[in-house]
Amino acid sequence: MSDVPRRIMDFIAGDPQADRAVPPTGFTARLTFLSAAAMAFLAVFALALSLATGRLADRWSAELAKTSTLRISAPSGQMAAQTTAALAVLETTPGVAEARALDADEQRALLAPWFGPDLPVETLPVPQLIEIVEDADGYDAAGLRARLQAEVPGAVLDDHGRWREPLVEAASRLRLLGFVSMVLIAGATAAMITLAANAALAANAQVIRVMRLVGAQDIYIAGAFVRRFTIRSLLGAAAGTLLGTLAVLLLPRADAAGGFLTGLGFQGWHWMWPLVIPVLAATVAFFATRQAALRTLKEQT
Amino acid sequence: MIELDNVAYSYGGAELFSGLNLALAPGSFHFLTGPSGAGKTTLLKLCYGALIATGGQVRLFGQDARTLDRDAVALCRRKIGVVHQDCQFLDHLTVAENISLPLTVSGRVAHASDVTDLLGWVGLTQQAQQLPPELSGGERQRAALARAVIMSPEVILADEPTGNVDWEMSQRLLALLVELNKMGKTVLIATHDLSLIRTAKSQVSARVLRLKDRKLQLAGADL
Ligand SMILES: Nc1ncnc2c1ncn2[C@@H]1O[C@H](COP(=O)(O)OP(=O)(O)OP(=O)(O)O)[C@@H](O)[C@H]1O
Ligand SMILES: [Mg+2]
Repeated sequence: MSDVPRRIMDFIAGDPQADRAVPPTGFTARLTFLSAAAMAFLAVFALALSLATGRLADRWSAELAKTSTLRISAPSGQMAAQTTAALAVLETTPGVAEARALDADEQRALLAPWFGPDLPVETLPVPQLIEIVEDADGYDAAGLRARLQAEVPGAVLDDHGRWREPLVEAASRLRLLGFVSMVLIAGATAAMITLAANAALAANAQVIRVMRLVGAQDIYIAGAFVRRFTIRSLLGAAAGTLLGTLAVLLLPRADAAGGFLTGLGFQGWHWMWPLVIPVLAATVAFFATRQAALRTLKEQT
Repeated sequence: MIELDNVAYSYGGAELFSGLNLALAPGSFHFLTGPSGAGKTTLLKLCYGALIATGGQVRLFGQDARTLDRDAVALCRRKIGVVHQDCQFLDHLTVAENISLPLTVSGRVAHASDVTDLLGWVGLTQQAQQLPPELSGGERQRAALARAVIMSPEVILADEPTGNVDWEMSQRLLALLVELNKMGKTVLIATHDLSLIRTAKSQVSARVLRLKDRKLQLAGADL
C-alpha cells in the first residue's frame, strides 16, 4: 500500500509515448474540461449548503436547548404568590442555573411588536414569564413538570422542544439534500465522462486496431484514454472549484442577522473541504473512463 | 512456432480454403504465392491471431489460437513481426514513432540508437520525422518492415513486402529478410513476385507454397 502515492504520481506523469499514440481530440477534451468545471462549481455550493445547514442545526439545537420559559397564568390576586412559589421550586431543581421573573418593562418589550409600546401590561391578564437558563447537564423536564403541577397549578413549562424539533429537522433535511445533490452531481459527471470517453473511443477505432496489431493489451490501450480523461477532469474540476469557492467567499455575510442564522460560506478548517472536489472528480473520471474503455475494447475485437 | 492443422476458413460464405496443413519450424524460410484473392492475407491473419479458423486448429507457440484471450493474443503478437499489406500506421505519429510503437505498447523503452540503426538499415534515415502519409509506397513498406522487426520477433510474416518497390529495393528488402533468417528468425513472405522467389532461392533454402483452388501445395521446381 505504501507505493500508492508513487503509483498515482506515475499515473499522472504517464507514458508520453503511449499518450501520443492516441491522437488528441480537442472536442472531447474541451467537453470534459467544461463539464467537470461546471459540476465542480455546483458541488461547491452543495457542499457549502450541507456544511452550513449542519452548523445551523447544531446552533439551533444548542441555543434553544439551553433556555426555556415558564409561563404562569393565574388570577391577578394569586399571581405574585404563584410566581414566588415557582421560583422556589426552580431554585431547588438540579440542572437549573438561573431562574428570573421578567419585569413589566421586559414583558412590555416582548409584546411591543404586536401591540405597540404603551401597552398597560399591569392591568391586563398577561401571564407572568420566568426565564430559565439551564446548566450544562440540563434538568429533567418531566420531573419539573410534575412538581410544578403540584405546587404551582397555573404554570406551564415550555422547553422550546416544540420549536426546536421542526427547525432541527428542517436543517437536517436540508443537509441531507446537500449530500444527495453531491451524489447526483458525481453521478451526472460519471455519465458525461462516460459519453465523452465513448465518443473518443469510437473516433479512435482505427488507432486501437493498429495498437492491437502491434501487441498492445487492453489495459494499456484503456490506460491512454483513462489518463487523459482523469487529468482533464482533475483540471476542469480544480478550475470549477476555484470559481465556486470564490463565489462563496464573495457571498454577503449573514452574521449581522445574529447568532440564529449562519452564512452559507465555509468556516475555519471547512475551507479545506472544497479541495476534495477535484480529487473526487478525478476518481469518478478514472473509474468511468476505465469502465467505458474496457467495455468498448471487449466489443471491438 | 506456428502450426496449421487441417485448417479451413470462410468469411461467412463459401470456404476460402480447407484441409490446409502448414508448420513454420524455427529458422525456416517460406514463400507463399497464389493468385490474387486466393486467401494469402487471410492465411497470414490466421497465423497472428487476427482471425480464428472456422475449421481445424491453429497453434501459436504451442497454444490453440481458439483458446487464447485478447491479452494472450497480444503477447503472441509481440513474438510475431508482421508487415501488413496495407502497412497499418498511425498517421499522426512520425515514422520513427511508428517504428518503435511495438516497443512502446509492450512497455519497453525504445532506445534512440536502435531506432536510428533500424532506420538506416531500411534506408529511411531522412524520413524519420515525417508522417506516414508523406511517404512513398516503397518507403512505407520499408518502414513497415522496420516496425515488424524492432521487437526482434521469432517469426516474421511479410505480406507483399515488395509490392511497391523497384527491383533494386526489392533485392535490398529481401536481403534484410534473408539476413534475419540467418540470425535464426522464422520467415514467411507472401508474394506474387516470382523473380523475388528465384533470387531468394539462390541465397537461402526456401520452401515455396502455392495457395490455389482452395488448397495449399508445395510448388515444384518450375519456379
Ligand atoms: N473481411 C472480409 N470479409 C469478407 N470477405 C473477405 C474479407 N477479407 C477478404 N475477403 C475475401 O477473401 C478472399 C481472399 O482475400 P485475401 O485478402 O486473403 O486474398 P489474397 O490472396 O491476399 O489476395 P491479394 O493477392 O490480392 O492480396 C477475397 O476474395 C476477399 O474478397
Ligand atoms: Mg493479400
